[in-house]
Amino acid sequence: MKNVNLLLKLLLLVIVVILPLVIKAPYQLHIIILIFIWAIIGTSWNLLGGYAGQVSFGHAAFFGVGAYAAGLLQFHMGVSPWWGMLLGPIAAVVVSLPIGVIAFRLRGPYFALAMLALGEIFRLLFINLPFTNGAKGILIMPAITTKMFYYYVGLASLLLTVGVTYYIVHSKIGYYLVSIREDQDAATSLGIPTTLYKNYALLPSAFFTGLAGALYMNYVAFIDPNIVFNLTNVSVMVIMVVMLGGVATTWGPTVGAAIYIVLGEVFRTTLGSANVLVFGVLVCLIILFLPNGIVGEIDMLRGVLARKKEGAAGGVKV
Amino acid sequence: MELFGQTVICGILLGGMYALIAIGMTLIMGVMKIINLAHGALVMVGMYVTYVCFTNYGIDPYIGMFIAMPVLFLIGCLIQKYMINRLVEVESILPENQVLLTVGIMLVLTEVMRLMFKSDYRSVTTGYSTDTVYLGGMSISVAMVIGFFIAMGFTLLLHLFLTKTDIGKSIRATAQDRDAAVYMGVNSSRITMLTFGIGAALAAAGGSLLLPLFYLWPDIGHLFTAKSFIITILGGMGSTMGAAIGGLILGIAESLGATYISMGYKDLVGLVIFLLVLLFLPGGFRSLARRL
Repeated sequence: MKNVNLLLKLLLLVIVVILPLVIKAPYQLHIIILIFIWAIIGTSWNLLGGYAGQVSFGHAAFFGVGAYAAGLLQFHMGVSPWWGMLLGPIAAVVVSLPIGVIAFRLRGPYFALAMLALGEIFRLLFINLPFTNGAKGILIMPAITTKMFYYYVGLASLLLTVGVTYYIVHSKIGYYLVSIREDQDAATSLGIPTTLYKNYALLPSAFFTGLAGALYMNYVAFIDPNIVFNLTNVSVMVIMVVMLGGVATTWGPTVGAAIYIVLGEVFRTTLGSANVLVFGVLVCLIILFLPNGIVGEIDMLRGVLARKKEGAAGGVKV
Repeated sequence: MELFGQTVICGILLGGMYALIAIGMTLIMGVMKIINLAHGALVMVGMYVTYVCFTNYGIDPYIGMFIAMPVLFLIGCLIQKYMINRLVEVESILPENQVLLTVGIMLVLTEVMRLMFKSDYRSVTTGYSTDTVYLGGMSISVAMVIGFFIAMGFTLLLHLFLTKTDIGKSIRATAQDRDAAVYMGVNSSRITMLTFGIGAALAAAGGSLLLPLFYLWPDIGHLFTAKSFIITILGGMGSTMGAAIGGLILGIAESLGATYISMGYKDLVGLVIFLLVLLFLPGGFRSLARRL
C-alpha cells in the first residue's frame, strides 16, 4: 500500500513536470502559475495559522514586503530577478521579527486583530513612503517573460515550501506548535517557551510568503500597495484557501488554492459582474458545511460514500 | 489656535457618529465573542436604504434612518439565526471559522449592493448640506452637529435600554457569562439574535447620520469596519460607554492627524493608537476606569 502511494505521488510529480510541454496555451499556464503562488502563501500561512493556531489576518504584510523588495531593487537599481527573489523573502523575514515581538504578546482574536492592523499599517506606509512610487505602484521591465520559466520556478518554490513545512511539522517544533494550538496554558506549564516557538513558526511562514510575493512581482511586473497589501484580496483570501483545502494538512492549502483559483476564473468568465457574489455565497456554504476543509474532511466524505455503498449492498451497520 | 479648535471640534462631532457604529459592534463582540468583519457592510447597506428613501421618495436622511434601522434589524436577526448560530454548534480546528463566515457575509452584502447600484460614487444633497455655523472664527458643518446630537441621543437610549429593561439586562448577562445566564433562564439564542439585530440597526443609524457627509459606494464598508474595530478595542469589548469615549478619541486623533501630519497618514494614526492600546491596555478604557 505504501509503495502504491509513493508510486502515485511520483506519477503525479512527473505529470506536473511535463504538463507545460503538453499544454502550451498561455492562459492555462497563467492559471497554474497563480495556483502555485497561492499554494505557497497558503502553505506558509498554514504553518502559523493551522498548526500553531495563530490565525494571522496580516499575511499581506509579508507578501507585499517580499514583492516590494524584489520590485524596488529592480526598479531603482536594476538588480537581477534572481537576487530579487532571494532578497524579497529575506526582507519579509526581517519585517516579521518586530511583528512577532508585537503580535505574539496577544492571543486569540486579539492576535488576529493586531495582525490585521499591522497589515493595514504596511499598506498605508507603502502608499505614503517617498521611495515606493506611492499609490501609482511600480512597473518593471521583466527580465524573463516566458511562462514556462515561471511555471518551473513556481513549482520548485511550492515543493520547497511544502517540503520545509512538512519537515518542521514532523519535527519536535511541530509537536510543540500543535500543543500551543490545543492549549497554550498547558504547553506553558509543561515548560514549552511558547512565544519563542510561535516565532519559529512565523519566520519560515514570512519567508515563503515573501518568496511568493517576489515571484508574483517578477511574474506580473506591476504592483501597487492596494494590490499586494490588500486585506480582502490577500490576507483574507489566504485564510479562505487554507480553510477550503484543509487546516493543518500538508496538501490542503495546495488543493484549496487550485479550487479557489479555478472557480474564481470560471465564475469570472461565466457570471460576469455577479462572480464575487457567487464566490461569497460559496465561502459561506463551505464554512458552514465543511468546517475543516476538503482534505480535513476527507475521512468524513469517504465515510459518507462508504456508508452509501454498504446500504446498496444491503449491509446492516451495527 | 482657531485651526486647532476647529480640528478638535470636527473630530469630536465625527467621532460621536463613529461611536454609534462602534457601539453596534461592541455589543455583538461582547455578547457573541466573535469578530464581525461584516459590520461595515451592514453600515453600508443601511446607508443605501437611506439613500434610496431620499432619492426615490424624497425622505430626509434623518427620517430615512428610521426606515433603515428596522430593515437592518431584520437582516441582522436573519444572519444571526440562520448562519452564525449554526456555526457555534459545528466542531472545527480553529474557532476563527466564525470570523471567516462574517467575511463571506460581507462579500455577499457588498456584491448585492454593487449589482443593484453599480460601483458609482453617490452622495445626498439636502438643503442644509453646505450650511455651516460659525463659532468665533471656526466654521462647523450643520450636518455634523445634527448627526452628533442624534448619535449621542441614541447612545443614551441604548444605555438606558441595557440597564433598565429586562431584555437589556439579559443581553448584559449573556455578555458576562453565557452559561450562567442560561442557567438563570435566559434564552441565549434569542438574545444573541436580538443583539445582532440591535447591533445592525445601530450600524444603520450611524451610517444614515454620516450619509450627508460621505460619498457612498459599495466598498465604503471596509472603512467603517476598520474604524469600529479600533474604537471597540479602545473602549474595551462590550462596553457602551467605552465605545462612546473611544469614538470621540479616534475622531479627534484622526482629525488632528489629517490637519497636522498629512491627509495620507490620517488612517495610520488610528491604527497605531489601536496597536498601542492592544499592547499596553488590552482591556481598553473600561479596564482603566476600573483601576481608578
